[in-house]
Parts: sequence; structure tokens; C-alpha cells
Amino acid sequence: MNLKDKLLSSYLTSQEHLDLDNSLHDIKDEAIKVFEEKGFPSKKQEDWKYTSLNSIIKQDFSLVSKQEDTIEFKDVKKYFIHDLDTYKIVFIDGVYSSYLSETTHDGVDVCLLSAALTKPRYKAVIDVYFNKIAPQDSLTSLNTAFAKEGAYIYVPKGKAVNKPIQILHFSTGNEANLMLQPRNLIVAEENAEVQIIERHQSLNGNAVFTNSVTEIYAGKRAMVDYYKIQNDKENASLIDNTHIDQQDSSEVSVHTFSFGGKLTRNNLNFYQNGEHNNSILKGVTIIEDKQHVDHNTLVHHKQPNCESHQDYKGIFDDNATGVFNGKVVVDSIAQKINAYQSNNNILVSDKASINSKPQLEIFADDVRCSHGCTIGQLDEDALFYMRARGIGVKEGRALLMYAFANNVLESVKIPQLKARITKLIANKLEVNLGFDV
Amino acid sequence: MAYTEDDLEKELATKEYKYGFYTDIESETFPIGLNEDIVRAISLKKEEPEWMTNWRLEAFRHWQTMEEPEWANVHYEKPNFQSISYYSAPSKKPKFDSLDEVDPELLDTFKRLGISIDEQKKLAGVAVDIVMDSVSVATTFKKTLAEKGIIFCPISEAIKEHPELVKKYLGTVVPQKDNFYAALNSAVFSDGSFCYIPKGVKCPMELSTYFRINQANTGQFERTLVVADAGSYVSYLEGCTAPSRDENQLHAAVVELIALDDAEIKYSTVQNWYPGNAEGKGGVYNFVTKRGLCEKNAKISWTQVETGSAVTWKYPSCVLKGDNSIGEFYSIAVTNNFQQADTGTKMIHLGKNTKSTIISKGISAGNSQNSYRGLVQINNRAENARNFSQCDSLLMGNKCGAHTFPYIEAKNKSAKIEHEATTSKIGEDQIFYCNQRGIDTEKAIALIVNGFSKEVLNKLPMEFAVEAQKLLEISLEGSVG
Repeated sequence: MNLKDKLLSSYLTSQEHLDLDNSLHDIKDEAIKVFEEKGFPSKKQEDWKYTSLNSIIKQDFSLVSKQEDTIEFKDVKKYFIHDLDTYKIVFIDGVYSSYLSETTHDGVDVCLLSAALTKPRYKAVIDVYFNKIAPQDSLTSLNTAFAKEGAYIYVPKGKAVNKPIQILHFSTGNEANLMLQPRNLIVAEENAEVQIIERHQSLNGNAVFTNSVTEIYAGKRAMVDYYKIQNDKENASLIDNTHIDQQDSSEVSVHTFSFGGKLTRNNLNFYQNGEHNNSILKGVTIIEDKQHVDHNTLVHHKQPNCESHQDYKGIFDDNATGVFNGKVVVDSIAQKINAYQSNNNILVSDKASINSKPQLEIFADDVRCSHGCTIGQLDEDALFYMRARGIGVKEGRALLMYAFANNVLESVKIPQLKARITKLIANKLEVNLGFDV
Repeated sequence: MAYTEDDLEKELATKEYKYGFYTDIESETFPIGLNEDIVRAISLKKEEPEWMTNWRLEAFRHWQTMEEPEWANVHYEKPNFQSISYYSAPSKKPKFDSLDEVDPELLDTFKRLGISIDEQKKLAGVAVDIVMDSVSVATTFKKTLAEKGIIFCPISEAIKEHPELVKKYLGTVVPQKDNFYAALNSAVFSDGSFCYIPKGVKCPMELSTYFRINQANTGQFERTLVVADAGSYVSYLEGCTAPSRDENQLHAAVVELIALDDAEIKYSTVQNWYPGNAEGKGGVYNFVTKRGLCEKNAKISWTQVETGSAVTWKYPSCVLKGDNSIGEFYSIAVTNNFQQADTGTKMIHLGKNTKSTIISKGISAGNSQNSYRGLVQINNRAENARNFSQCDSLLMGNKCGAHTFPYIEAKNKSAKIEHEATTSKIGEDQIFYCNQRGIDTEKAIALIVNGFSKEVLNKLPMEFAVEAQKLLEISLEGSVG
């Protein structure tokens, strides 16, 4: 039985234990129908031309973890940014782990989607925002049908969350193949502010396939700062679908750091539904072996006087493949748009490859849209300069690569997080240059 | 009164096609529809050898299994391939020794197009192989070319007289089964040009052909094959205008260029098929497959000025097979009213030290849609490949669209690829700057559009540059000049 059939047949049983009201059941029934009709995307679809899910969906995945999974804090401590005081929402094999987490209801809600979906006090928010931002594509629909757990963050008007929030998904590998479908809902009302760090981590080499959906709503003048760390083991695959609805004068930035995993696909979609928005999309990808990272971004400018900035850097070694598919759409009423898109890549090995497709679809005339894309190598002269001054080849290359990625790192607003990512890059490049403090 | 972009837009919307007329030449036209018998009949009509007939039939059989592509960013009513006549030739087929013998009505047609043959003969030194509908009726300067060993003739003649060359090269760059329209063309092409430049010969003049669609309801299926043997050079010009017709006319041409070691081919096109009227009614469908193959140290350069056609679907490409080969693509695409263009190029880098340059300028006005679609592919053995791409779009008004779909695929670490694209309108500060210096808005827009396209216009041969500028002016009439 293939994965699609398995998902379809287990849909009904998966819904039995859920205590949801009718409108949510309707949403889920509708979603599973969409998935049944569309199925998993194939390479024949333009958006999936360079990324094949075949190697994943031919495997058999358990949809729920049968055992009670517990892990000790000391085993996973290293995956937390522990020198930073944060709220924590931790899931183990898709199940909420209360003893590793730190949630709050003090002025803001930082808690669980399962609670939000079932408890009446959240109904008003769920009715307005849940599954409203995400388009009905097949993978998002699949997630909607099975969604029951994830992070729920609600920041009311004028509030700022007093410290960043970490969302961590651990998979224990107790099941040989596990499929997870976390669902996050983040609502920042007018003038609200929130910072979020998200990470998916498997704890051993067993295969895990995550199809995650995050919906972010940014009200007027809201600020949302989102960081994704993707540094998983070689058998972990992640499809991250993030959909963002921006209202007037809001600013949302998403930083994606992709350093590992078997296959990572980021579908990052910004819908600018208000004026004077700013959308920031940045990413650093450093991968090797047979890893595959695909960034598929969309910035849809629907209203005038907005900006968007995209900056993606990639370094590809061994047999790694990278994909960048960035799309900027400007509707005809969206005048005075400033959209910028840049994608720079370095190929380190002969077998690595990169496919880049920066697209513009412009229907308004008074706009300034530009994109640039480069594929190249490290500057031999710069390397020679450093070697002439006693810096080894490996260190010299690492310095150049770090410098290459640096302007993405510079916009990380949390110093401890920046330090952690710098350290990850240093580990990745197997050097110690003192920049990883 | 100040001339604003709104005025420009109005003028553009009401501009009529200047070359809309219809020449009544008795044509011999096949019954409409397409089947194996028609393919055989075309082949028979052209007095083709058996291998050619079979080649066509093979293409036709494959075409029947294919589906019309839908990936392009254009929307149109699909042509009914069974309601088109696949062969139309002026019924008198005299071989002329001088211009006096040519049908005066035909000559008049060319005069109205502004392409006076004798003038070109005298002034420009251009040998013109005129294709009226599907059969070449006049070939000039043949003697001069023959002295150098250059073969320049209709492809139907080449099939009869130089079968070894045609057999060797036809379909090597664009195979019969390459795509839907290439397969259709392979099955039913009626005529076109063949050009062979022998080893080490530098063609002394620009070769040119003018294509016209004349007969109502006949598709034009041209086939061009240019072979530049080792160390040779040729510059080839192609230009089109078509009469005003209400039915959509289909044009599915195939152009194959082969540049052997150290050879260079420069292929320039000015395309001005009937774009349809201001309501988007009528106009030519232009679905063209153009591709060139570069051997060692060879160079192919495509230059195109696209101002016409209701729907354009065209990607002149270079396969850089040989080491150190060079591919270039320079394009201006202007769309107005309801025109749609999806055009660009493919640069396939296979050999070492291969280089490619892409400069594409899109200008959209009215309700038109203008897309650039390009592929740069560096294969894993293409060491030190280099590509530079630049795609700029200019928008006039907010009813039109400009789109960019670049595909960049690199499989070699030594590849250096740069791609940049911008979309903007004519800057108010630019116009203000000109106004300040006493240049009125209309002239200023002309200046700016000209400057915007200059990089590409400069690449055209002299003979064409003048005509191209004229076409740009007509296409954006009221604003330019």
C-alpha cells in the first residue's frame, strides 16, 4: 500500500479521538478530499521540477508513535539555545512534552494547538485564523486533515512577548519510519511583537518525514521575527510550508538556516494584504553528501507601497543539490513596490549542482523589481592573499565562506542565536577560527 | 499640452497596422486538413526524393502522438490543425533572370513594405531570397556567391541538388520529434532557405530572406538550414511582415544553424507579423523553434527584434558542444494591445571554456503580456563555463504584464553564472531631466526607449538596424520619433 492510500485510509481512525466541533471537522474533511484528488506533488509539476519526493513516499511510514516516548533533558540539552531565556514548546514524536516545555498564558498565549482547537475559550481566534491563510495545495491540505498538534501563539493587540519562543520537534526513532505533521498557528494582532525559533531534530538515524504547516498572521504594525534551524540527521526529510498574511505596516522576517537533513523543502509564502508592508526572506544553505535543499518562495504584493527583500546564499559540496525557486508577483493595483531578490551560490565539488529559478511576474508599472542570481567559486586571489599570510587553505576557505554567508547572519536580531548559528557553520566547515564564540 | 504616458497609451491603443494589405496572386492551394496523403502530396509537389518523403512521414506519425504544449505563459484559442491548408504557392513559377520578369504586383507588394529589391541590390549589397508564401520566386546575387562556393538557395532546391548536405545536417539540431511544432513543421514544411558556406570562406555579403504569409488560411511552415563549415563566417538576416487578416494565422518555422569548428554564424531577425487589431482580434501565431549547434571555437549569435504577432513562442537557442564555443542572444520584444510574447533562449553548455551572453529587453504596453523565459544549463563536463544574463523589462501602463522565468542549472563547480533582471517604468526623473533641457516629453520617451534597447540594436547589421529602429517607432508610434 503506498503512502497516499495509507494516509487516506487512516484518516477516519485518526479523527475518532479528536473532540472537535463540526466546523473543524468540515475543514478537515474538505482538506482530505483535496489531498485525495491532488496526491503528492510530482516532478511534472512546475514547482516541483527539481525536487522529487519519490524516494520518501515509496517508504512505509508509521503515522503515530505507538510507544510512550520519553527523553531526558540532558540528552537533548544541546539542541536548546540554553544561554537564552525563552519560552519552550517541545514535542517528542509529535506529542507534547510538558516537562521539557515552558508555556504561558500571561497576557499572551504560548501553548498548544491541540488545546486551542478543542477548548471553547480559543474558538474565536481559531474561527478567524485557522486554515484561513494557507492555500489549499496538496501538502498543506494533507497537513490540515491530520493536524492536531503544534504550537499556538496568540499575541493580543499592543503586546510584545517578553522573550523569544523556541519550538522544538524531537523524533526519538523508536519507530523505524515516522511521519509527523505538526501545525503551528501564530497570530500577532495590531502592534504586537514576537520572536520565534523553530527546530526539527531527530535523535537517531531512523527515517522521519515531517510535513509541517505554519500559518502566521501579522496585524497592523505587527512585528514577527521567525528563525528556522534545519540541521537534521541524514535520514530526516522535512517539508516546511509557511504561509504569512501581512496587514498594513507590518514587518515579517523569516530566516532559514539549512545545514542538514536528507531532503528539505521550504515553501515560504508571503501574502501582503496591506500597504507599507515589509517582508524579509533570508537563508543560508550549507550542505554536503547527498543532501537536497529546495527553497520555494513566493512574495505576493497585493497592495501598494510595500517592500520585500530576499537574500539566499548557498554552499554545496559533494553530491549535494540545491534549488532556489523564488517568485515575486506584483498585482496591477500594487504600485510603488520595491521588490529585491538575490540568490548567490557556490559549488564546492564537481558533483554538486544548483538549480535556480528567480521569477518575476509584474502587472503594475510604477515598481522597482530586480533580481540577481550568481553561481561561482571562492575567489582564488583572496585565498592566495590569506595563504601568503600563513592562513591554511581550509581555514582560508572557511573564512571566505563565512564572509559569503555573513550578510544574512547580520540581520539575525538575537545575539545568542547568531552565536549558535555561527558555531554551527564553524562545525560544518570543520574549522576553529575564533569567529564561533 | 504636455505629452504624458497616458497619451502614449491612448495612441498605442489606437495605432493601426501599417502593412495591412493583401496581394492577389493566383495561388495554388491544397485542400484544407492534414493526413498522410497531404504530407505525401506536399513531398510529391516539391519533387522530393523518397528519403525525404519518409522523413516527413516519420515526423508526421510522431506528431500525431504529441500534444500541444501548454506551459508557455500565453493564452490563445488553439488552432484547429484540420482547418488549415498546408500548401500554398504562387501558381506561376518562372525562374527569373532579372527583376523585370517578376510579377509587377509582387514587386509592388515589396515596395509598399519598403523593401525595394533593386534598391537593396544596389545600395546594400544584399542577396535576397524572397519567399512569397511558400515558394522562393527570386534569388539574387547567386553568381557572386557561387564563385565562392557558397550555396544559398530554397531548401526544396537543395534537397534535389545537394541531397548529401541536406541529408547530413537536416534535423540534427532540431530533431523531427523535438517538440509539437517542430514535428509539425518537419512533416509539412513547404519551403525555406538553405545556406552552406564552405571551409574558410567569409561570406562577402549579408544573406537575407523575407517571409510573408499571403494567402488567407494557409499556415506558413518555413524550414531554414544554415551550415557554416570550418573557419567560415556568415551573417544571415530574416525579416517578416504579414497582411492584415482576421483569422488567426499559424506560423511554425524551424531554423537550424550548424557552426563547425572555428565558424561563426550571425543570425538576425526582425519580426513584424500582423499583431491583431486594438481589440486583440486576429493576428499571427508565431510558434518557432530556432536552435544552433556550435562545434569547437565556433560562435553563434542570435539577434532578434520582435514587434509583431498576436502570440509569440520562440526560444532561439545555442548548444555549445565544442570547447571554447560562444553563444550570444540579443533580443528586443515589444508587445502592445493584446499581444502576448513568451520568448527567450536556451544556452546549453557542454564543452569546456564555453561562454554565453544573454541580453533581453522587453517593452510592454496596452493590455499585452511579455515574458522572458530562458535556460542556462552548465553540464558537468563544461569546465570554466561562463554565462552572463541580463533581462530588463519596461512597463507602460498598469494593464500590461512583464514576467521573467529564468532557469539556471549548474552542475560544474567551475561555472560562473550571473543573472540579473529588473522591471521598471520610464522614470519621471529621466523625463524631467530631458524636459529641463528643452526636450519635450514625446521625444524624451523616444530617447529613453531607444537607449533602453540600444545594447541590442547595436548588434544588428547596418541594413537591419535602420529597419529595426523604424519598426520600434511604428510599434510605439506616437512616443518614438
